[in-house]
Amino acid sequence: MGVLDPLVELGRGLWTTLKMIFERPVTFQYPEEKREVRQRYRGRHVLKRYDNGLEKCIGCSLCAAACPSDAIFVEASENTDEKRFSPGERYASTYEINMLRCIFCGYCEDACPTEAIILGDNYELSFFDRRSAIYTKEMLLEPVPATAMLTPQKVEPGKYNRRSVPEMKDPAD
Amino acid sequence: MSKQVKFTIDGTQVTAPEGMGVVDAAKMAGIDIPVFCHHPKLEPVGMCRMCLVEIGRPMRDRATGQFVIENGAPKIQFLPKLETACTNKVEEGMVVLTQTQSGKAKDGQKGTVEFLLTSHPLDCPICDKGGECPLQNLTMAHGPGKSRFIYDEKLRLGKRVPLGELIVLDQERCIQCARCVRFQDEIAGEPVIGFAERGRAMQIVSFSDPGFDSVFSGNTTDICPVGALTTVDFRFEARPWELEAAASICTQCPVGCNTTLNTRREAKAGGDFVVKRVMPRQNEEVNEIWICDKGRFAHHYTDSKKRLIKPLFRKDKKLTRASWDAATKLAADHFLAAKKDFLILASGRLANEDLFNLKSLADLSGGKAYLYSHMGGGELTSLVGVSNGTNFGSMGKGNTIIVVASDLYEEAPIWYLRVKQAAERGATLIVLNPRETKLERFATHALRYDYGDEAKFVHDLGKKGKVGEAFTSAENVIILFGSEGLGAAGTASLASACAKLLNDNGFVGKPNNGLIGVWERANDQGAWEIGFHVEEDLAKALKGKAIYIVGADPVADDPKLAKALGGAEFIAVQDVMETETTEIADVVLPAQAFTEREGTLTSGERRVQRFYPAVPPTGDSKPDFSITSQIARHMGIILEGTLVSAVFDILSDSIKSFEGLNYARLAEVKEQLPIVGRGDLYYGGTTYENTQGLGAHLSAAATRGETVSIPRVHASREAAPHPKEKELLAVPINKLYDRGTTVLASDLLHERIGDARVALHPETAKRLGFEEGQMVNVSFNGTSGDAVVRLDESISHGIALVPRSMGIAIREPVPVKVRSKVKA
Repeated sequence: MGVLDPLVELGRGLWTTLKMIFERPVTFQYPEEKREVRQRYRGRHVLKRYDNGLEKCIGCSLCAAACPSDAIFVEASENTDEKRFSPGERYASTYEINMLRCIFCGYCEDACPTEAIILGDNYELSFFDRRSAIYTKEMLLEPVPATAMLTPQKVEPGKYNRRSVPEMKDPAD
Repeated sequence: MSKQVKFTIDGTQVTAPEGMGVVDAAKMAGIDIPVFCHHPKLEPVGMCRMCLVEIGRPMRDRATGQFVIENGAPKIQFLPKLETACTNKVEEGMVVLTQTQSGKAKDGQKGTVEFLLTSHPLDCPICDKGGECPLQNLTMAHGPGKSRFIYDEKLRLGKRVPLGELIVLDQERCIQCARCVRFQDEIAGEPVIGFAERGRAMQIVSFSDPGFDSVFSGNTTDICPVGALTTVDFRFEARPWELEAAASICTQCPVGCNTTLNTRREAKAGGDFVVKRVMPRQNEEVNEIWICDKGRFAHHYTDSKKRLIKPLFRKDKKLTRASWDAATKLAADHFLAAKKDFLILASGRLANEDLFNLKSLADLSGGKAYLYSHMGGGELTSLVGVSNGTNFGSMGKGNTIIVVASDLYEEAPIWYLRVKQAAERGATLIVLNPRETKLERFATHALRYDYGDEAKFVHDLGKKGKVGEAFTSAENVIILFGSEGLGAAGTASLASACAKLLNDNGFVGKPNNGLIGVWERANDQGAWEIGFHVEEDLAKALKGKAIYIVGADPVADDPKLAKALGGAEFIAVQDVMETETTEIADVVLPAQAFTEREGTLTSGERRVQRFYPAVPPTGDSKPDFSITSQIARHMGIILEGTLVSAVFDILSDSIKSFEGLNYARLAEVKEQLPIVGRGDLYYGGTTYENTQGLGAHLSAAATRGETVSIPRVHASREAAPHPKEKELLAVPINKLYDRGTTVLASDLLHERIGDARVALHPETAKRLGFEEGQMVNVSFNGTSGDAVVRLDESISHGIALVPRSMGIAIREPVPVKVRSKVKA
């Protein structure tokens, strides 16, 4: 071992540093800059709507049954043509997810017979108290482009009173 | 015991009673044959074709009629096609191959499921039956994985067709098994629903007005094998797997039906646990697997907004919140000061333990304890009441059941059902009533008497030719007496006439013999056993006393009592809800409802049964026995107030008829047939299995071998008052859905409850110039009320029938003036 060896090693290390200065940085300047997530990323849930604004969720509570951490609470009520939330007879009058309990496993997505609940791309879930960790239906529902598409809607009698569960294709990625 | 036959099913030798269906026999042997239309309580019809199996019978030689023997055993001949296991009865030597052994049977069942699903919407995610649905379960077990039919070509029918205001039909889901139609026809005896059209167009319709006019309608939703029939109460309210279950006893009438309360936390109720539905729990000696609609739907008072949550006392003429200690101390001080003028008025809504503590308090403090009821005669049901071994379900040929002064259909629907079935099995049913009642259609003898003649009529029953013979020659006799047209004094003398008749002819002290009171409330029998009495002139007794009212609302019930209470020294009211009586009280003590606590009730059949807590207590409420004990402690009397089973132990030590009973004994169960409520919902419906106790009978003085002496019937008490000219004799009758505090809180029953009414014979009405539906004013003894006139041909002239608890405070027959009401 020579006397100059430590200097060689030091030089090698500094060379790596010097090299990296000219590389593109991997750090994101969060929160100014936000990272795109992968297509199958499981973030905060979103309750989807049909094109006409009606909610896909029919309040069947199967997501709550599938949930391994008992994070979902659903209460259902009956639709009328005067006040319609979803196709068919039943809609979720209460829909709550406790984000502190949720383990983002995606079982709710799998269990949903109408593809109403989707784990989205929002990962910004931090709270100052436990109560605000409970997301209500209003917070989870997808926004609509026009106020006329908000639920409840007054619809043509008899148009949506059947077929609460739509026909679905085999899931593709 | 009937003849037993041996047969083979799936290679196992099984013995079963002759005449039993193959499905039921297989079930007893632990082999499941899937069914939709068959139900163990109904006659088989073979409509759904789900139970297809291969059946082989021993071959007979045509010439000799002897069995053909092959290889030392009878030769078995199978039919070329599958047969329904429900309609075929077991035979000696029969060989049955079910879906597990026979590919043919398996294929047949698979085909049946596929056909049933051709017009089924498969909307399981929104269906209330989803999770406890026989069609869902059997499709998973026996059906094909895929349908060859196109969804959009399925039938499109009504999704929300109300059959009445309580039951809703989904025509798409219905698989036309006719269980509901057959239940109404065979079990309830009220064919108010049926099939219209034929083939693919066949649908359930209701013929009656109002729709589905039966008090048993809720049971059809239990036995419906799909989600076609739903109750308005539970529709879209929760999924079955989210519900928790607690065993309970119905508190609406003296039958004491075993129920299961399904509870769930609810956001609408602020995150509290609430009772979502009431389901029957099997007890073949009490309610089998049925309950009436009142029991099923009238539970809403327990989570009413009017529940009392904090103790209150009167300060500066206003009721203000107080601590438990302050409120009970105030009550105790007044009761102590009152000495002999301390009076307890308790109703039969309370549990045995509550009543026992109240009675002990009265006895130890020198006060009096009265039962709040319009019926007397309970001392006699303790003496010669029915006892161990009594079961309407075991009564048939050679037995006699007498129903007097009671409309069982309106007062105790499940007894109506059971008595009707006993009559159909061959029991002699004698119905004595001044007017036609629903039970009469099944009676062997139906006799009429005039209001006021009840006791005399019963007294002479033995001498009445055929009827007398039917009575005296019977093996066993049960008499049910009620309070139609009778007050406390009238029922007491009727009861003693009935008791004397039974005792003189030896129909006491044996199973299926004795007297049953069709009481006003669930635990009136318990109150009588514990030593409570009914005061005939309650208004007089209340004046100037320090009164402790528990579970009763005398102010709303009767203006006369309200006036009497106005003159009381001090009033403490202990109840579950705000009532008109709590408004005038000096101290208000919030009690827990039966859904929130543990206890026991004594049914009219003298069966003690346990109920269990289902939901947490409301507010600061406490169980009744505990509140009583707290007051007692302030009065220097020690009563058990923490452990309800300990109160029961003291009770069973001190009261003879309860001897030997304890909570463990009451929780005992035994195997009951048919087997229902396990994993096999397809068989018995969604009724719960009884795992928490069948209860036990009290002993009667007659069963203990004590000498029984029946007090003489007071002739002077019998006669009904004679109305003067231009007056009518108003007679109180009992109605199932009344305006009582516990019923009125259920909004969905309001249409069935209706308005205050008075029923008259068409001719009486004509004479007075009244028409159907007219508003009239009924007045008597200084009180009056408005009512709607209803015409009824079955009642006598000069009589006005007034339902109790319907706005006109009538406790016993009185002459009334009925005037047409001038519209203001």
